[in-house]
Amino acid sequence: MRTPISYFLILSGVLFAIGTVGVLVRRNALLIFMSVELQLNAVNLALVAFSRLHGNLTGQVLAFFSMVVAAAEVVVGLAIIVAVYRRGRTVNVDAARELAG
Amino acid sequence: MPLDNVVFWVFAPISVASAIGMLTRRNAVHAALFLVVNFFCLSVMYLILDAPFLFAVQIVVYAGAIMVLFLFVIMLLGVDRGDDLKERLLGQRPLAIVLGVGVAVELFLAARAGIGLSTRVAPGFAEQVNRDGNTQALAEVLFRDYFLPFEITSILLIVAAIAAMVLAQRKAKAITQAEAKAGTPP
Repeated sequence: MRTPISYFLILSGVLFAIGTVGVLVRRNALLIFMSVELQLNAVNLALVAFSRLHGNLTGQVLAFFSMVVAAAEVVVGLAIIVAVYRRGRTVNVDAARELAG
Repeated sequence: MPLDNVVFWVFAPISVASAIGMLTRRNAVHAALFLVVNFFCLSVMYLILDAPFLFAVQIVVYAGAIMVLFLFVIMLLGVDRGDDLKERLLGQRPLAIVLGVGVAVELFLAARAGIGLSTRVAPGFAEQVNRDGNTQALAEVLFRDYFLPFEITSILLIVAAIAAMVLAQRKAKAITQAEAKAGTPP
């Protein structure tokens, strides 16, 4: 493989930054959640790139665990979003003010 | 130009563009479809990083299961309601973009300082580490060195499944009661 490994890390960093901006800018809870998924995937890419760099499989195992945990997180997170929607008829995070003091 | 370089330069711009597309679409379905494109590009990256098992898992789990779940919830909550793009906090959006650019620059500098921009990996990963195939090698590491975390992961999945069922069920009861009180048939 002739591509420098840092290219993958830079791509991962750019995707992570885009995900960060998404979390901060979007107001729809579903879109915030999708941005979090983008961040998780960016970190997975960095893990696999480091696994390739160091020549062992620990990074890939960690990325695998990260995917499993992300799947569990999506299930619970979407259930919570649906529950919040049924309570207030909205998924806008500005409108969900029940916990505001 | 070697093949993996070509593949990288084809798919890296697509993945960044689709991520930006996800960021800027008002419609949640369009954003989800952009995210699917992005996940496919990342799976191709796994392929050229000699991780074919994660390539398959990425497509099956992310582009398949998770995004279907997302689209299902988007449909359930109503497709037509787009994101409210009105700014509530003064100057939050420009500040967020500045912060995002700062994070990207910082990670770029960290990668440059950490491993250097032109470090190429040693050849032979496929022959040595992935000797009997990536899936076998990964399974060996997973079930020998990381067996306890693997088992804990299964507990986590069961807890998540039960949690989703409990959350959905209780709220289903609550909505029927609320609707019965309001007297509006669904």
